[in-house]
Amino acid sequence: MIEFKQVSKTFATASGQVAAVKNVDLTINAGEVYGIVGFSGAGKSTLVRMLNGLETPTSGEVIINGKRIDNLKGKELRDQRKKIGIIFQHFNLLWSRTVLENIEFPLELVGVAKEERRKKAKHLAELVGLGERINAYPSQLSGGQKQRVGIARALATDPDILISDEATSALDPQTTDEVLDLLDEINEKLNLTIVIITHEMHVIRRLADKVAVMENGQVIEEGPVSEVFTHPKEELTKRFVSAEVDTKQTTDVKQVVTNLLEKNPQGKLVELKFHGQQVERPVINELSKSFPELEISILEGSIHQLADKGTIGSLFVQLVGPVEQLKEALTLLEKLQVEAKVIEHG
Amino acid sequence: MDSRGLASYFEFKNVNWPNLWAATWETVWMTVVSVAIVAVLGLLLGLLLYETSDSKSFAVRALNWIVALFVNVFRSIPFIILIVLLLPVTQVIVGAITGAKAAIPSLVISAAPFYARLVELAFHEVDGGVIEAADAMGATKWQIVYKVLIPESLPALVSGITVTAISLIGYTAMAGAIGAGGLGQLAYTDGFQSYNNAITLVATAVIVVIVFVFQYLGDFSVRKIDKR
Repeated sequence: MIEFKQVSKTFATASGQVAAVKNVDLTINAGEVYGIVGFSGAGKSTLVRMLNGLETPTSGEVIINGKRIDNLKGKELRDQRKKIGIIFQHFNLLWSRTVLENIEFPLELVGVAKEERRKKAKHLAELVGLGERINAYPSQLSGGQKQRVGIARALATDPDILISDEATSALDPQTTDEVLDLLDEINEKLNLTIVIITHEMHVIRRLADKVAVMENGQVIEEGPVSEVFTHPKEELTKRFVSAEVDTKQTTDVKQVVTNLLEKNPQGKLVELKFHGQQVERPVINELSKSFPELEISILEGSIHQLADKGTIGSLFVQLVGPVEQLKEALTLLEKLQVEAKVIEHG
Repeated sequence: MDSRGLASYFEFKNVNWPNLWAATWETVWMTVVSVAIVAVLGLLLGLLLYETSDSKSFAVRALNWIVALFVNVFRSIPFIILIVLLLPVTQVIVGAITGAKAAIPSLVISAAPFYARLVELAFHEVDGGVIEAADAMGATKWQIVYKVLIPESLPALVSGITVTAISLIGYTAMAGAIGAGGLGQLAYTDGFQSYNNAITLVATAVIVVIVFVFQYLGDFSVRKIDKR
């Protein structure tokens, strides 16, 4: 278990004191995949780097498995670091070493015998799907393959905690998903605690159990991913969530919506939001059965699976018919616990 | 000076070949020995400069300043002056002021600071992220030096020592002119002072060949090492 207790960090810069992290309290349970999301400069990297002493807090405590680690020095700090694996945005592999030698690197640091190092590194290369490329140099690998080496290297010392510092931010969407799948697999297989820093809500949705949203050095919202995605409280969280889940943002949909509103001014355009089990309900069917005179046209729909098995869906429909029935239809939706939002403008 | 016409360049019968080979050997010996010492000394000095560069501690910054001053002073002294300036020092260290051995101290002192600067530069070129990664994995300072800094900057270290070796070959010739032996002395005393242009020409040609060999060896190893 990881605990941050009232952690703050101020940097002295030429233009004065800058508070990068302000009074953060956070608990991450063992085995959890915990996402920390925020824009760059929000303080998430500074916060997480305190876990392996790459940053030290100005005040507050960082505790891992009951042991305070923010004030460790020398050998104690180095030993602590060996229990935490970390993967980076730019991979940070040694170009002078092959895939296998890169994976062996942390084992060399602890003084594992060559034979055993080789064996373990080969096994890890297999685990991350690079069994065929063990003798390649990083310059011969694609971005996704480099990050796989990074992951294997981070796992070499059998850490309890894996930190992912924007590990997919330099990768294309498809490669990102491959790396996320790999991390998911590893989390399941090895039962690691994974702490993910990212600015992409997509990463959180695919992988995390819990999420904390950071802004200006503070955690402004925190909770299980399904909860935060379906009921975001803070403005910033809403922006992050809607960027990932909503479809009305795209210009295509906007254009169509505007056209429809012009064509059928008497109709109503409704955005329906489904959470969890509602996704499986025949809501549209019930609507058309109850109000046979209503014309229902489906414009656009999407569904997103969350990592913690929650589901979140949205559907744009146009309802055309008598005003009375329209009103009652909206009431029925409310009864079915479907969030319905009438869209007035495109 | 009586140059006796351009034809004098080609009077190869005047060349004493055994002397030439002995002189070539002396030049190669001076170069190889001084390069070896410069490589080690420059690496240590460069590492010291690198490690003490942006420190917050006053003592460390003072050390950096002193080392940097030492490096800058010895790098600015023209070699021909340095060698005569160091004659008493050479006498103490080597016990002689002529011969190939006596050239080594001034060769090393002039080239080591130069190479130290190249080493410092090479270390600063190493990707900071990779050093941070090693740090995050619990590497000691020393492990970072020999497992990250040196291997990751090896191409730059090797091309740096190649450049240094080539300027050292030039320096050995200057040292030769004041009694260190080698091709420089041969060209100066047997060639210039004895009106034997053929000897000067042949000595020049051999020096050019030595420079080419060093350059080739350097370039070849850099290509072999560099996996970027």
